[in-house]
Amino acid sequence: MNAPHDPSSVGAAHAQIARFDSPLRLRSGASLPAYELAYETYGELNAARSNAVLVCHALNASHHVAGYYENEKDNVGWWDNLVGPGKPLDTRRFFVVGNNYLGSCFGSTGPASINPPTGKPWGADFPVVTVEDWVHAQAQLADRLGIERFAAVIGGSLGAMQALQWTLSYPERVRHSVVIAAAPKLSPQNIAFNEVARQAIMTDPDFHGGHYYEKGVVPMRGLRIARMIGHITYLSSDAMMEKFGRLLRRASLGFDFDIDFEIESYLRYQGDKFSTYFDANTYLRITKALDYFDPAADFGGDLTAALARAKAAFMVVSFKSDWRFAPERSREIVRALLDNRRIVSYLEIDAPGGHDAFLLEDARYHAALRAYFANIEL
Amino acid sequence: MTPPEQALLARRPDLAAIAQWVNPGARVLDLGCGDGALLRYLWQAREAPGYGVEIVDDSVIACVENDVNVIQADLESGLSLFSDGSFDCVILSQTLQAVHRTEAILREMLRVGHEAIVSFPNFGHWSARLQVALGRMPVSDALPYEWYETPNVHHCTITDFEDLCRKIGIRIRERLVLHEGKAVSALPNLFGSVAVYRCIAG
Repeated sequence: MNAPHDPSSVGAAHAQIARFDSPLRLRSGASLPAYELAYETYGELNAARSNAVLVCHALNASHHVAGYYENEKDNVGWWDNLVGPGKPLDTRRFFVVGNNYLGSCFGSTGPASINPPTGKPWGADFPVVTVEDWVHAQAQLADRLGIERFAAVIGGSLGAMQALQWTLSYPERVRHSVVIAAAPKLSPQNIAFNEVARQAIMTDPDFHGGHYYEKGVVPMRGLRIARMIGHITYLSSDAMMEKFGRLLRRASLGFDFDIDFEIESYLRYQGDKFSTYFDANTYLRITKALDYFDPAADFGGDLTAALARAKAAFMVVSFKSDWRFAPERSREIVRALLDNRRIVSYLEIDAPGGHDAFLLEDARYHAALRAYFANIEL
Repeated sequence: MTPPEQALLARRPDLAAIAQWVNPGARVLDLGCGDGALLRYLWQAREAPGYGVEIVDDSVIACVENDVNVIQADLESGLSLFSDGSFDCVILSQTLQAVHRTEAILREMLRVGHEAIVSFPNFGHWSARLQVALGRMPVSDALPYEWYETPNVHHCTITDFEDLCRKIGIRIRERLVLHEGKAVSALPNLFGSVAVYRCIAG
């Protein structure tokens, strides 16, 4: 954690809201008549407006990428180890924008927001949004901030899908795409985990078909289980072994169904914590956005044809211990970029952290990102 | 040429030969590219865009620092990321002797590239022969490792390499044999310490 006086911290961050009153047409065919996007910025946009970097977040993060809040000093941004003065994504050189995606529960318009015609929360009526929709919304925000072209768009996991989609939806508006711990589409196994998580939420008696806000309840049991399942897939088997082994939580086996093992305690803790701050309707929608992401689908499954539109230079990074989006999935992206003769570098980091490794500070990973960003011309 | 590039070519005279065989604008793949110095040089001197393949973390990061495209991968598992005929020229400089699956990598090079350029230290050089005759494993400028620390697993001589090419149907278009940076024409397998070949599929 960075103390407030830490010179490598961006310092106190300020969440901002941009309101858009023209409708956003969604991939589903539905449209949002008006919406708000939460964002934070760090550093200064230069006079040429050539130094903007968009940071896209994954499942449960937000626009709070770096720094802390004045009234909440221990609420440190989720990628604070990467973004700040002198850090690999150096805010003395770059103007960094963190954006909270549509459908979130952390500031941008989402299922818990008020649907103006009814005066009640959207709930189940909030449309299913996709990675493409998020990118279109982010482009509106870029216009608002006066950013014609991003120096780079960067993200890990679901954030990486946005970084990739940017190069397809707006090839002229992104010079570099940094795609970390990504997959070009979900495997049936990935979709299966998501479906179990959704079922956990939707079968919770407190779910009420998604209209639980007005009932004054939260489907916490479903959210807990969804988070527990997700968490298993973020960690590598080795990391779990290292961290918990078969350590017992109590003196000896209980021969009952209370917590025996440390790993059970950890998962329950993670599930409990998550269920107090995350919105179930948002969780359903994010997992759908993941499931639906497949840029090759419109090209008969040909990823090379799908990426032919991209003009950006790419940096693709995967982690050997990541089994959720294993290195082979990143290699599919690299192969398609090579076939399109795109500028691309690919790193396969032998880090133990599993899928979550992209959030951790690995010396090789950060050295490579530092070098990559340092070579981006402004 | 920048001073670091001059220093590189002085240290690795085989690279000058390689560069001279790369046509301007050719698409190049450099296997075992180290810090990417050759690729950088080829881009600046021949406007030849390329990618490097490298396994060592520090070298991969050095490539990124040098603004060279690099793909982190193990050559031993083949070049499956690269499509057939997607490069004009595939380079394997001073790496052949460290590869376990020698035949496989040569075939892979000519699958993804129209032309392969290969350089290696010649184990047939007289000083190596002499050291072996005197009962020692050779150590020289071209073979700088002690036996217990060498990354090299498959040493060969000029004659050995040419035999292998014949056996697996690789045609040698050009050969340059060097010693201390100068071309060797007489008895190359005895007086050459480094050999550079330009090959195509037979």
